[in-house]
Amino acid sequence: MEKTFGRYGGQFVPEVLMPALEELAEGYERYKNESTFIAELRHYLEDFGGRPTPLYYARRLSEQFDKRIYLKREDLVHGGAHKLNNTMGQALLAKYMGKRRIIAETGAGQHGTATAMAGAVLGLKTVIYMGAKDVERQKMNVFRMKLLGAEVIPVKSGSRTLKDAINEALRDWVTNVGDTYYLIGSVVGPHPYPTIVRDFQSVIGHETREQILEKEGGLPDSIVACAGGGSNAMGIFYPFLKDDVALFAVEAGGKGLKKTEKVAYHSASLCAGEEGILHGARTKILQNEYGQILESHSIAPGLDYSGVGPELARLVDIGRVKARNISDGEAVDAFHLLSRLEGIVPALESAHAIAYVQKAEDVGRLVIINLSGRGDKDVEIVAGLR
Amino acid sequence: MKIKKKFDALMRKKERALITYICAGDPTAEKTVEIVDALVKGGVDMIELGLPFSDPIADGATIQAAIDRALTSGMNPDKFFRLVGSMNVAVPLIVMTYYNIIFRRGVERFVSDCKSAGITGIIVPDLPVEESEELHQCCQDSEIDLIFLVAPTTTEERINLILSKASGFLYLVSRLGVTGMREDVATSTRELLKRTKAPIPKAVGFGISKPGHVKKILEAGADGVIVGSAFVNIIAKNEPKMLEDLAGLAATLKSATK
Ligand SMILES: Cc1ncc(COP(=O)(O)O)c(C=O)c1O
Repeated sequence: MEKTFGRYGGQFVPEVLMPALEELAEGYERYKNESTFIAELRHYLEDFGGRPTPLYYARRLSEQFDKRIYLKREDLVHGGAHKLNNTMGQALLAKYMGKRRIIAETGAGQHGTATAMAGAVLGLKTVIYMGAKDVERQKMNVFRMKLLGAEVIPVKSGSRTLKDAINEALRDWVTNVGDTYYLIGSVVGPHPYPTIVRDFQSVIGHETREQILEKEGGLPDSIVACAGGGSNAMGIFYPFLKDDVALFAVEAGGKGLKKTEKVAYHSASLCAGEEGILHGARTKILQNEYGQILESHSIAPGLDYSGVGPELARLVDIGRVKARNISDGEAVDAFHLLSRLEGIVPALESAHAIAYVQKAEDVGRLVIINLSGRGDKDVEIVAGLR
Repeated sequence: MKIKKKFDALMRKKERALITYICAGDPTAEKTVEIVDALVKGGVDMIELGLPFSDPIADGATIQAAIDRALTSGMNPDKFFRLVGSMNVAVPLIVMTYYNIIFRRGVERFVSDCKSAGITGIIVPDLPVEESEELHQCCQDSEIDLIFLVAPTTTEERINLILSKASGFLYLVSRLGVTGMREDVATSTRELLKRTKAPIPKAVGFGISKPGHVKKILEAGADGVIVGSAFVNIIAKNEPKMLEDLAGLAATLKSATK
């Protein structure tokens, strides 16, 4: 396994964690090709998680956009988003590695919920770190995680949001590294996490490939996915990297690509970020002139992060993936549009991808959108806008 | 002042080193000058000056709060180097910061700013030896010590790798976890001291706050101790007698090193 993706990636973590990362890389190499691990993961993804998810031809949306549009229905995965693909894989890996306790960060609570589900079904003690501000904003998800038996710890430091929750999860890991597995929620963090999470999420792309070949007899012109950390995007892109298929990562343009000394009004690290080191990896991040990390913004809680996965940053640099961004307002419009046209309420995150396809002129005719999650979690946010 | 020279001088006096951490700009840049002065008067042998970073993953609540106060007071790398350059300190100064701050400024520029400001050592808690090539090279060229951390989880193999790059002293992390005061001395500290054979001095940090701790750790074979949160706690209170208290704590801890 490579530790870097071009200039990005690496392992910028306290010395205490270096042996743990090594152990993780070894554990992953050992189990990823072991038949019992593969069979057990498959069992959970299918019978517990609901895979494979359909590739749905969105007829009315296609007519409206004058394209042929398929939706990869990750919204139908147990928990309501692609997150379980990763949490199930990593939680099982944790179990195989003999860890009894899993910890995770969460922003809006999606990854926390998916971790709590995997922790519950595998009987692992689960602790979720969540920014105090997010605990306030996402009471429903906090309650869900507790229902699932997880302990939720509000993080009161820094900006009290996702990046601080990651900091705190890392601090926990530094302290309890012997029996604890840190289950990171996206293709971010130190090596080998970006690779592990990408591999577990690649199930999306592998299925999509088979399904589109069967339905259309060929590959699509483009695949469009929203990108926060980048896991649903990397998951659907990865099996298509060598094909003649255009790949678009759509970030949260928020209220415009502006920033101050302390905050960015968006979460578009690929479009507007600069190279730096955050949460163990060298990647594109939102930072000020001195290297202080900016608080990010998006109406979609799952996109609200100041960094992005190193492999995605690399793919954008070499031109293989095109980075775009969509404003809060455009995403909300797409949220309504898909709900009314197709009877599917999309996650606000996924709505960014839909909004881009609506206005794009460079996506071609046959387009696959990764519908990374459902929008039940967002109805309060959208209702509050009225 | 060079770190090695200080350790050599202490050795001749049969003393061990008291190294203290404070965060520059906590509560203000002006106060930092007075605080450093008080610490030196109290007898500290070296000072680690924190250059604040917004996301300090290796620090516990006490030092996180100090970093927040420093950032709020407007501390940044430009001001930091101006501040340190203007001070005249009789003991070695070491900067402690996270790698993004260095990377963002440019590694070469950061090291040359350290040199100009009279800083003789750099500690970067989120920069393991594998990622340190560029900074290590610049530090060597400028004769600045790059100080590495060794943790209870560090294998023999890694200790040797770290020793191939380390200079100044080896920073032994007393236990698993982040910075912050603890009640006792962990057995992991003794074990780590015992199994770490280094040609450079060994200083133990994380969780040390009392003369009793200092004595135990020095008896176990350390050449120095690093104390942060206990001093930062005094600064956090920001009482009129803060400087006296800092000097007092320094003197108490220092006497335990003799
Ligand atoms: C539905 C949904 N889509 C997308 C994301 C963004 O994450 P990533 O970019 O890692 O796919 C999230 C994160 O919580 C999410 O819940």
